[in-house]
Amino acid sequence: MTTRQFGQPLKRNEDPRLLTGHALFTDDVQLPGMLHVAFWRSDLAHAFIRSVDVESARKRPGIVAVYTAEDLGEFWQPGPLLVPPPPVEQLEFHQRTQVPLAKGKVRHAGEAVAMVVAESRYLAEDALDDVYVDYEPLEAVVDLEAALAAGAPLVHEDLGTNVSARVTQTKGDWAAAESEADLVLRRRYHYDRGTAAAMENRGIAASWDERAQRLTVWDTTQAPIAIRNGLAAMLGLSEHQVRVIAPFIGGGFGPKIMMFYPEEVLLAWAAVQLNCSLKWIEDREENFYATTQERGQIHDAAIALKRDGTVLGVKDRFLHDAGAYAPYGLTVPINSQCTLLGPYVVPSYRSEFTSVFTNKPIVTPYRGAGRQHGVFVMERLLDAAARRLSLDPAEIRRRNFIPPEEFPYSNEIIYQDFAPLVYDSGNYEPALDRALELIDYERFKQEEQPRREAAGERVGIAVVNYIEGTGIGPYEGARVTVEASGKVSVATGVGTQGQGHYTSFAQVVAEQIGVDVPDVHVVTGDTDLFYWGAGTFASRGAVVAGNAMHAAATKVRRKILKLAGEKLEAAEEDLELIEGRVQVKGVPQTSISLGALAAEANPMRGAVQPGTEPGLEATEYFGPERGATASGVHAMILRVDKDTFLLEIERYVVVHDCGTVINPLILEGQIQGGVAQGIGNAFYEQLHFDENGALRNASLMDYLLPTASDIPNIVSDHVETPSPLNPLGVKGAGEAGAIPVGALFAQALDDAYRDIELEVREIPLSPNRLFELVGEALTRERA
Amino acid sequence: MKPAAFDYHAPRTLEEALDLLAAYGEDAKPLAGGQSLVPTMNFRLAQPEALVDLNEIDGLFFIREGERGLHCGAMTRQRAVERSGMARKAAPLLHEAMPHIAHAQIRNRGTIGGSLAHADPAAELPAVAIALDASMYVRSVTDARWVPARDFYVGLFATAMEPGELLVEVAFPQPRPRSGWAFEEVARQHGNYAMCGAAAVVELSEEGAIKKARLVFLSVGEGPVAADQAAAMLVGERPTATALRAAAEEAATKEIDPVGDIHAGPAYRRHLARVIGERVLTRATARANEAPLL
Ligand SMILES: Cc1cc2nc3c(=O)[nH]c(=O)nc-3n(C[C@H](O)[C@H](O)[C@H](O)COP(=O)(O)OP(=O)(O)OC[C@H]3O[C@@H](n4cnc5c(N)ncnc54)[C@H](O)[C@@H]3O)c2cc1C
Repeated sequence: MTTRQFGQPLKRNEDPRLLTGHALFTDDVQLPGMLHVAFWRSDLAHAFIRSVDVESARKRPGIVAVYTAEDLGEFWQPGPLLVPPPPVEQLEFHQRTQVPLAKGKVRHAGEAVAMVVAESRYLAEDALDDVYVDYEPLEAVVDLEAALAAGAPLVHEDLGTNVSARVTQTKGDWAAAESEADLVLRRRYHYDRGTAAAMENRGIAASWDERAQRLTVWDTTQAPIAIRNGLAAMLGLSEHQVRVIAPFIGGGFGPKIMMFYPEEVLLAWAAVQLNCSLKWIEDREENFYATTQERGQIHDAAIALKRDGTVLGVKDRFLHDAGAYAPYGLTVPINSQCTLLGPYVVPSYRSEFTSVFTNKPIVTPYRGAGRQHGVFVMERLLDAAARRLSLDPAEIRRRNFIPPEEFPYSNEIIYQDFAPLVYDSGNYEPALDRALELIDYERFKQEEQPRREAAGERVGIAVVNYIEGTGIGPYEGARVTVEASGKVSVATGVGTQGQGHYTSFAQVVAEQIGVDVPDVHVVTGDTDLFYWGAGTFASRGAVVAGNAMHAAATKVRRKILKLAGEKLEAAEEDLELIEGRVQVKGVPQTSISLGALAAEANPMRGAVQPGTEPGLEATEYFGPERGATASGVHAMILRVDKDTFLLEIERYVVVHDCGTVINPLILEGQIQGGVAQGIGNAFYEQLHFDENGALRNASLMDYLLPTASDIPNIVSDHVETPSPLNPLGVKGAGEAGAIPVGALFAQALDDAYRDIELEVREIPLSPNRLFELVGEALTRERA
Repeated sequence: MKPAAFDYHAPRTLEEALDLLAAYGEDAKPLAGGQSLVPTMNFRLAQPEALVDLNEIDGLFFIREGERGLHCGAMTRQRAVERSGMARKAAPLLHEAMPHIAHAQIRNRGTIGGSLAHADPAAELPAVAIALDASMYVRSVTDARWVPARDFYVGLFATAMEPGELLVEVAFPQPRPRSGWAFEEVARQHGNYAMCGAAAVVELSEEGAIKKARLVFLSVGEGPVAADQAAAMLVGERPTATALRAAAEEAATKEIDPVGDIHAGPAYRRHLARVIGERVLTRATARANEAPLL
């Protein structure tokens, strides 16, 4: 082929529809006679339910049905455990998963207790006023340490403990590292909760067609196939009777991979029960309680080093806030545990965590999925050590990088995908050098910072590293078909949440088939069009589905060449695919269009050779043996208003390595969006729960998302170290932007206040918190 | 987040509106720009039986100069005030404060009367109104009165208006000769409610001493807080940096009693009051120095 499609910064196929408001989102689904659903949600975080009275609600005009847990009968079941614990040796695990409607007890504020089906959402919400729940309030489990104290109230009484899981993983010998070390530092770090706050809240529309005996569900899910399989099983239907469509989704960021949300199973069930179509769209307030959250951890960590900054070992013990139920198993804390090791040689590591049930909304992965915490701990430890050893922060990192010749590099512990934590490839120093160059590190430190500080300003610089385990299995599939129009259709089950799959997947396919990217029509997220798949999560779409596309497209290419060879009476090696045609190389007169070839491949009369498959079509699957490890460096110059403690990011640099790049423009979007979320996480977004487990800022007025004016221009660059684990050489890029930002803020602030030895040990921050921390540092300094 | 059912009226005249408000009493709410009222209704924090929509009453939309200075009809959009050349000249402090209210999109709908009547302790306009000695024209079916801004604010989201009364217009006196003004606030993000803000007006004597001063804070109390002691301390003083700082210090330590919320604790708010108080007094003084003697 002549024009390359792969690797080009092409504009996105889906954007015209999205930007002109013509894309289908779940709330756009309007069906005749559609009913609407509202949920009665608990305002208490922890209470026994003595009784639920919905009689007067049922009698209101326009109310079709009101359900409580009792009304669900056999259908009432706790949800499945999505991710079983990985095979680590030292493991304690207690499975407790969410229920469709609370029965006997509520375990977090916002947990659904009753479901109202009405002719309109207004009437449904009116009826909520007539639901009466008789509670016996209980002391709430909010604080992680208090949760583990003797005599603490229990989230799940039958367990006899609030421990959801305990895991210890080790590498080398920490005790030896500690005794050999010239310096051992111990620190406590806090990382608090936030929420993904996707622009589109969750939503579900379900419709039962009695004559066809089929259920159709539109769902803002990142995993339509798993939803179909689960719903079919729960409802006693064949998988062929259930069609799940995940249409366009206005951001998922992880919480939309969670399943099964109570609303997901209840709407499907009620559609069948009532033989109707109905819809529930989560409102923003509900989203703060009913959609999963992340990030609460407390770490007690230690690092052992030699005088020259060489790391000998790290020890970490941490508490992880699981929320009221833990349907996602150990993914988040295992990610924290594994990602902590970063791009560094850490010969000895001992990491032990306790995942704790609390009376707060459920925790499942949210962009970064625990990686933030690990990176924060390691980067902070290195910064503290650098200060003590009078080393530059960039230098201490450089001294500890895994050298490029050491790959594949084994960290000896088990990762979230159950495989050993082995980095496939990486080359860290060039990325660091490039970042330092782009931020103009030396000049800032030598010249600009002293000059500005002399003028009374507070300015700091920071540079941090991270790795990101991406592209994990198990598998995805794709079917590639050349249609008689000459256009290509592609179907996959992976699901999409706005990442640009309609374009990047099309690029992978177009590269093999020699058509223009806009002529490749991608369908994701419709279970009627592709049967198999896992979902879009863990920065895996491009790696796993992308390689399945590549395999299927390669196979179709071979079919094209074979058939064209026959038709054109030419050897396959002499053919080329150009602009939707197959031609004898350099002889455009001897050619056939892909459309004509597709028609030939699907004869309507006559006979074919036995064994002939119709069409120019292939279906392939791809499952990597383990994940691919991406990496990167972020650098920043930060100015602090020393009077108000407001921040201004003056320069932000990202140098990133996600292997081979499919579309640099889409990658840039992923990085920028990730950084924006990271900035929110570092300085704006925090969920404030009071001692009763009530959320004090369940609205976007008080939960601050970064806005355009808070996000700087981001200068980015790439280093490409292809992954040897897949034919395309790609690694995931979905979460990278968000991961190291907390650590970056902390280092920059420390630097701006190095004269008073400020040491930030927590994220998120705020102007108020910075005011307090600076005040404390000043008091220490004066003492 | 759907509001409870309510009756809806869209009168065309002020008299009709007043009749409706009199008839419903406490059970009706006037609807201005809806930027505060509609969210509270959607959260069902407010469930009025009826809304009396003021948007069809032409007589409530105006900006003009009159006997009390700059007069603005209650329904004048915040954006219209912000863009008015007349307002800029006649009430420059008001003009300076305007862009701090929310975002342009919200100011396109939000009204000056709605903001003044809503009496949010974090709102800019009530503090500005007090700093400028503005007065509010309030009417009911039976009564009509001018209320000084100072007396208008009586507590958290509370004004001197009775059920059945409507804020009809507000008047800001013309700036005095040799006077200067300044407004500043600190919000976590552009467009958010401020964690602390302050409006200052400083008038100088011919000799350059401070003749009159006003320093009014927002977001540090149950409503706008006028730091009168600090202002009194300044009268007769030369406006030196030390004097202005001392006044801000006095205000921040003695005259405000901020409560904390998730964004800013009491100590930080007090700190901000000190910082912002000093900044606005300093800028207001500088402007007074440049202002024509007349
Ligand atoms: C995202 C967001 C950010 C915001 N940020 C700020 C900010 O930083 N600073 C700020 O000051 N405001 C802010 N606001 C509020 C905004 O300024 C509102 O416009 C203002 O508070 C109310 O004006 P309104 O015309 O919309 O009044 P409405 O919402 O219609 O009414 C508000 C209240 O006043 C009553 N009312 C209205 N008009 C009259 C009248 N003429 N007489 C008697 N009672 C009346 C209503 O009955 C109601 O109780 C923000 C709003 C939003 C949505």
